[in-house]
Amino acid sequence: MKIGRVSGTVVSTIHHRVVEGRRLLLVDLVGFDGEPTGEYVLAMDVVDSGAGETVLVLDEGNGARQVLADPEAPIRTVIVGIVDDVAVAGSE
Amino acid sequence: MHLARVEGTVVATEIVDGLEGIRLLIIQPLGRQLEPRGGAVVAADAVCMAGPGELVYFVASREAAVAMPETFVPVDHAIVGIADAVHEVSS
Repeated sequence: MKIGRVSGTVVSTIHHRVVEGRRLLLVDLVGFDGEPTGEYVLAMDVVDSGAGETVLVLDEGNGARQVLADPEAPIRTVIVGIVDDVAVAGSE
Repeated sequence: MHLARVEGTVVATEIVDGLEGIRLLIIQPLGRQLEPRGGAVVAADAVCMAGPGELVYFVASREAAVAMPETFVPVDHAIVGIADAVHEVSS
């Protein structure tokens, strides 16, 4: 899993059926120090995360299909948690 | 999923079983500021509605294969939605 920060929403009227009724968010990936890495993903949100929140991003297809309870979901990236705190040994 | 811009179409009359009738589009993957990132690829259009110039989002590998109306056809990139807008939210 990766850590990211919710930085936008994607509005889409024409999409695959799996996107229907779900939120698709733009997530900037961040390092464990909280600094953006420059990478981003579009992730499906199942935990009601909001703008600016630090989130846990699952980036694996089978896990994503399990979370979405849809064995045919063409989705690999899902926000599976809202991060309260990250502590790295050796840093403050 | 990542954002991409549709740049063109590909027509292939002689094609493997499973890909007949599938729209093939050239997409340019985009970075965070919608700038081109990496090389363009040919993607199958799983929504059957995307056209040149449009902002879309796509999946790759196994997810692309399950995105198609008939699943597990031999595709490696598939468009799963057209992005009408990307709204930046301030934190």
